[in-house]
Amino acid sequence: MVDTLVCVKRVPDSSSQVVLTPDSQAVDGRHAGFTVSPHEECAIELAVRLADATGGRATVLTLGPAEASEQLRSALALGCGAAVHVEADGVAFGPADVAREIAAVVTSHADEGRGYDLVLLGNDASDTGDFQVGIRLAYAVGLPVVNGVSTLEVADGVVSAHVDGPDGPETYSVPTPMVATVLEGGVEPRYPTLKGRMAAKKIEIETRAPVTQPGGANRVQLHLPPPAPSTVEILGEGPEAAGAVVDLFEKLGVR
Amino acid sequence: MILLWLECDANGVTEISLETVAFARSLSAAGGGIAIRAALFGDVPEAARDQLAAHGVDEVHHVTGAAYDAYAGAAWASALQDIRERTKCVVVAAAGSPRGNEVIAHLAARLDVPMAANVLAFSGLSPFEVTRQVAGGAALEDMQLPQRPALFTVAGHSWTATPADQVTSPAWHEESPAVAEADLVARVSARGEAKLDDSGALTSARVVVGAGRGAGGPDGFDGVIELAKLLDGALGVSRVVTSLGWRPHNEQVGQTGSRISPELYIPCGISGAIQHWAGCSSSKTILAINTDAEAPMVTKAHYAVIGDMHEVVPAIVEELNRRAG
Repeated sequence: MVDTLVCVKRVPDSSSQVVLTPDSQAVDGRHAGFTVSPHEECAIELAVRLADATGGRATVLTLGPAEASEQLRSALALGCGAAVHVEADGVAFGPADVAREIAAVVTSHADEGRGYDLVLLGNDASDTGDFQVGIRLAYAVGLPVVNGVSTLEVADGVVSAHVDGPDGPETYSVPTPMVATVLEGGVEPRYPTLKGRMAAKKIEIETRAPVTQPGGANRVQLHLPPPAPSTVEILGEGPEAAGAVVDLFEKLGVR
Repeated sequence: MILLWLECDANGVTEISLETVAFARSLSAAGGGIAIRAALFGDVPEAARDQLAAHGVDEVHHVTGAAYDAYAGAAWASALQDIRERTKCVVVAAAGSPRGNEVIAHLAARLDVPMAANVLAFSGLSPFEVTRQVAGGAALEDMQLPQRPALFTVAGHSWTATPADQVTSPAWHEESPAVAEADLVARVSARGEAKLDDSGALTSARVVVGAGRGAGGPDGFDGVIELAKLLDGALGVSRVVTSLGWRPHNEQVGQTGSRISPELYIPCGISGAIQHWAGCSSSKTILAINTDAEAPMVTKAHYAVIGDMHEVVPAIVEELNRRAG
């Protein structure tokens, strides 16, 4: 039985134009809509597969505003069996703050006798891109951490975590409990079923307040790169442009 | 003093690590000529010695030993922490590669100081303020790093790996700092062979041919694969292609895939969403092939052909073959 905590973050959908909030402290998702990062979709998938395969449970956690319950419901619809919502203005929480809050939940659940074998997070959030929350969490709870995991298995209390390393595939064998950050690509996230959505509605979300005052992200402000006017040179239309294209290849010295 | 964690491949110090050295030289100059130390772990090719001298590194800490034979983020950060404590470096940085971000994040957690990932530039020294990429580079963040050491990674391809004006003769320190057992628990225990596929060496290719939704289906890639082969290039695809299962994820270019910087990128049937642009914006020249003249990929490109990739790409292949005789 493997019990996993999977941590997600409500982020603006990144498929459309980026707009900033009026105070320039965050990317504004009011028009684009909200989602979780692709890495986290894969983390949810891994957590649900582990729960299904071992008769354990996947619990989803987020730190964010009241609206972030939407992301928790989505994860419940995918097969997570429980949800924890640390309700807070996420923008005011820097990566060290978020790690501390997750650590508080992990410790408190362990004290109540429902500790986790595995804590999964995304490798990096698609909005703030801090690349550090999972690692800070591991230190805060005193557990080992593997970064950039594509797939993993758990057998006899040992996690085999597979990473697409700089020189090829790598495997880490680490005893539970442990922390892992997940990279997109190892598993195909499932779609929610109607049955899953119905079941998700019945699950009560555990709502908690933050345990500490956030120290912040040392953010001065966000800004958008200056818009670059288009300087595109149209070489032609359709197959007739092939000659001009190969001329360009020759000019660039790529053939 | 500035301490850099640098990565090597079989040919020497990696390109983006040398870019990080260029960033550090600029920081050093702004601070009145601060010494630059480099830490390298494990096997270091002979060529790296000349590169470090040519790029202006003043001292080198070469870390080896049984504890460092296999990668372990915590152990490597522990050694870096040891070097930083002895040398009193006020800045520790690495390239914004997966490993660079990981090692610096470990160090940040160990020292309980902030870390800025994917920094593009610094704007002030007191307080130390940097600008970094967020939202895959679609937005920028000004961030302060008031604590010492200041920790950050440098966004790949945001600096050019130019050699220094003056060649140095770096002092070389062979070291093997002690590591706590706990820092070796999460350690690479097995390694496999690198996969060979149509993505080739995507991140190091001089030419990348890209394909997106316009490919139309899993069978729609023959033309772009042939073009990539003719140009001695690699195939890269957009996220929609991997999400739909048309091509494997290791071919993905984008915020959640590979970041490329080829001499020439040829995106075919790719609209150019932020997710994709984050991975290809460092390309030196972009030639977009797209049916939609208003697609972001077309308007952001240097050159474009307006048309269906399934008609245009075979015509280019034919023209290449014709000229090759």
